[in-house]
Amino acid sequence: MKALRLALRTLAREWRSGELGVLLLALTVAVAALTGVGFLVSRISAAVALQASAVLAADIRLGSPQPLAEAYFAEAARRGLRSARSTNLLSVVFNADASQLTNLAAVSAGYPLRGRVLVAGEPFARGSPAAGIPAPGEAWPDSKLLAAVGGRVGSQLSIGAASLRVTRVLIARPDQGGTFAELAPNLIMNAADLPATHLIQPGSRVSYSALFAGERTRIDSFKGWLIVHKARGERLRDITEASPQIRNAVERAGRFLSLASLVSVLLCAIAVAMAARRYVHRHLDTVALLKTLGATRAFTLAVSVLQLLALALVAAVAGAALGFLAQEWLLRTIRGLLAVTDLPAASLTPLAIGFVTAIAVLAGFAMPPLLQLARVPALRVLRRDVGPPPPLVLLAFGPAIAVVLLLIYWVVPDAKLFLYFTAALVAFVLVLTLAGVLLVYLAGRLRGRVGVAWRFGVANLSRRRAESVVQLVAFGTGIMVLLLLGILRDDLNGDWQRTLPPNLPNYFFINIPPAVRGDFVSFLQAQGARTTRVLPMIRGRLTGINGHAVDNLRSARNGEDTFATREQNLTWASELGADNRVIAGRWWTAADFGKPLVSLATEFQESLGVQVGDHLTFDIAGEALEVTVASIRKVKWDTFQPNFFIVFPPGVLEGAAGTYMTSAYFTPGSARSLAQLARRFPSVSIFDIDELLTQVRAVLDKAALAVQSVFVFTLFAGLTVLLAAVQSSRDERRYESAMLRTLGASRGVVVQGVLAEFATLGGLSGLLAAVGASVGAYFLTTHWLDLRYAFEFLPWVEGVVGGALLVAAGGWLATRSVVNQPPLTTLRA
Amino acid sequence: MSTNPKPSTQAPTIRNHVLRAENLCKQVSSPEGSLTIVDEVSLDILAGESVAVTGPSGAGKSTLLALLAGLDVPTRGRVLLEGQDLTQLDEDGRARLRAQRVGFVFQSFHLIPALTALENVMLPLELAGRRDARRAAAETLQRVGLKERTGHYPRQLSGGEQQRVALARAFVTQPAVLFADEPTGNLDTVTGARVGELLFELNANAHTTLVLVTHDRELAARCARLVKMEAGRVL
Repeated sequence: MKALRLALRTLAREWRSGELGVLLLALTVAVAALTGVGFLVSRISAAVALQASAVLAADIRLGSPQPLAEAYFAEAARRGLRSARSTNLLSVVFNADASQLTNLAAVSAGYPLRGRVLVAGEPFARGSPAAGIPAPGEAWPDSKLLAAVGGRVGSQLSIGAASLRVTRVLIARPDQGGTFAELAPNLIMNAADLPATHLIQPGSRVSYSALFAGERTRIDSFKGWLIVHKARGERLRDITEASPQIRNAVERAGRFLSLASLVSVLLCAIAVAMAARRYVHRHLDTVALLKTLGATRAFTLAVSVLQLLALALVAAVAGAALGFLAQEWLLRTIRGLLAVTDLPAASLTPLAIGFVTAIAVLAGFAMPPLLQLARVPALRVLRRDVGPPPPLVLLAFGPAIAVVLLLIYWVVPDAKLFLYFTAALVAFVLVLTLAGVLLVYLAGRLRGRVGVAWRFGVANLSRRRAESVVQLVAFGTGIMVLLLLGILRDDLNGDWQRTLPPNLPNYFFINIPPAVRGDFVSFLQAQGARTTRVLPMIRGRLTGINGHAVDNLRSARNGEDTFATREQNLTWASELGADNRVIAGRWWTAADFGKPLVSLATEFQESLGVQVGDHLTFDIAGEALEVTVASIRKVKWDTFQPNFFIVFPPGVLEGAAGTYMTSAYFTPGSARSLAQLARRFPSVSIFDIDELLTQVRAVLDKAALAVQSVFVFTLFAGLTVLLAAVQSSRDERRYESAMLRTLGASRGVVVQGVLAEFATLGGLSGLLAAVGASVGAYFLTTHWLDLRYAFEFLPWVEGVVGGALLVAAGGWLATRSVVNQPPLTTLRA
Repeated sequence: MSTNPKPSTQAPTIRNHVLRAENLCKQVSSPEGSLTIVDEVSLDILAGESVAVTGPSGAGKSTLLALLAGLDVPTRGRVLLEGQDLTQLDEDGRARLRAQRVGFVFQSFHLIPALTALENVMLPLELAGRRDARRAAAETLQRVGLKERTGHYPRQLSGGEQQRVALARAFVTQPAVLFADEPTGNLDTVTGARVGELLFELNANAHTTLVLVTHDRELAARCARLVKMEAGRVL
């Protein structure tokens, strides 16, 4: 109680007198950066998840060949979730005498729960979001269907026993699929009209879907409930099973955002360590006096801990508020720029994370010096040169290291990345420490050969050996993370731009008969479309693995189809696509053509758990074909080139009756060309992925923007570290400056000395930071982010020049008042 | 745990040893090897006695003061404060004893800048667990002539005023022994003389034993006994 009273009393006064300014600023900015990043990341991640959910038209989707139990919808409603139904079946649609096999989707009100349905007034036109679903008695057929049956808006289409009027043309719906599962034209109708069609009869092949959406935690909990309660054969999908393109983008964005937040966490720790050091330094006399007046070690420790805790609370509240305001402002600014949909509200989790992290960082970085503070002997009241005894290395650095490791593991729970990052950090800090020792040595050698100002400045580095090394490590780490973030941001943005150029193929063409293949490509080119490679495509199903039937595999999964055991599109190719990389086995040569080999994409291989050398049996048009896995490929799906999970060498599948597929880029407004194409090649399925591409681009845009925003936070946190570091030696400088000026040095000489010292420190820190950032960027881009690494020289210049200028400027600003203070004031104090 | 220090009720003529140093020795290691700062010093100080320790810079005066007050531990020898062997106590034990029986005045005042004059004076009372800290501190400040300055912070006070606050803080607990290390060393002559006057006045009223380290001959001359030191030894 006594300790608390004294702690609060002195804290209040020190606060008013500005004594705690730097510590409070460091903590506040650290918490602000952390919670700001947390809020931003959580909201943008939620937005990214929402974007990805659009592919399912829901957050989770339950599919079944049987009607779904009402109990699911009742449970969802009880949990406050929204739901909708979609019943899909293949049927022939008639417009007078013309007919076309069509994928019908009979949807209930509320569909789609995520994403949007785009409609237009004429086929192949640019769509705009639809309000609601078709009214009863209405139908929204897609462009391909209308072109095939010669219909238009206003036509009456016969669907089974019912007749529905076309009121809109369907341009895109969110759940039309990204894996070419549904190749037939689409039509959306109201679920209320389904009974009138009499299409659902015993034995009909119907797919029933229940769509659910709502707040994330409720969805997660409901998903757990569904997994337990769903019937055999019912298939649950969520965004993790969304299309490969979206999944790639989400994963990449998530990785990058977690890296960005980790950087802020580390800067936070550095800032707090420096501020705590200063706090301890400034309280040595007070603690010695308290002991002289009869305070025990436990009492003095309690006072310091309570003060720091109180400060942490204030900083956490202020920092969290600042962080929230900053991200709110940032998001409002970028929302207008990007025209993204409304972002979800921020969750309160980052607030708790901010508090917990602030306390953890304080415990790791502020407690060891505080323990030292309590050990300062009372004798210091008589002899100011007496300080606390040197700490045990384990006690001094153990808590900090433990907290850093825990924080890294918390942010990056991936074991491999954790090891990489930790090893790199340890190596970097070691190198910086060695470099610091070297600098101190060199400074001692150089001081005899330079002018008085430089001698004073550089001698300071040499004399404050331990402090110089600590500052070097801190500046170096701070500058390194800033440089690293800069390099990675450039790399990522560059890579994304490379993979998603503006004129990516936006239409896929499937079921091109071999006889018209040449004509078809010529037609595309004549229409001015940018074409890509043409690949053969054959339908087939995997039936056995190493002699075991895949039916066993299916029953092991509660009778569910996995995507690997469903019917697949197969192809053959002699060359490996530029967007494919063999990660196991080898790609075939001309000598292998005709041999029973197969190459699998990693997604397919991982789903089955097969390896190179395993034997797979496929059923192709009733014929069994046994092949050996020759290679595993990693496919970059986001190039939007035709790609297949399963590829055979030439000479294996040619006998089977197959078709061809290709993709092409059509400029917006090519409706007429596409309508002509649909009429001239009626058997060719046209697959419009413009909307899908827009979704992927939106996801990547948000991710890139988030990273840039996080960069601003990190920069600010870095500057605070700098300020805290410079401030930590302020008292000594005040005294030295007074002494120098008393001995006749001009103010200019003192300022030059300060600049010389900080510029040297900053330049060397920057140089080492550039080395560290380049090595770090190499490992992170090639091993973690799976991108190409390009060496950049600019970070080296930025590191050295920027480091010298920044630290010199910061040093000068922080010590300006020291230099300006009349010497007598200092010497008398 | 803590008890209020007992004011001396003994008449000045009936004197006990309040502080005894036996063969005190303090050695420290230096780049040149072991250095003896206090060398075989034995000293008996009676209750209520005022002793001035004088000598040139580096004679070991402040180190002797630190050893006598239990701020430092001797390499050899022992210190008895009211019969209690300080060398047998750990750091916290010595601190508790100081809280009960010892007061300090320093050359550089050593006031806590974050506390007001009143709070600085209250501090040792609070550490000793006294409930009437505020009242007792206010009374003592009044006695040193700073009634109007109780709410001021140290940096709002002159050097003389700061040292008067330090005197109030030292006497407020009515200690058995008061250690003063160059109490006028940071003050100009006139202010130093006034502070010295106040120190002896307070000391006389409280019958406190005074151990004073000083270069100030006038101040030293006011003490009942003079202990001269040179090269760590008492002459």
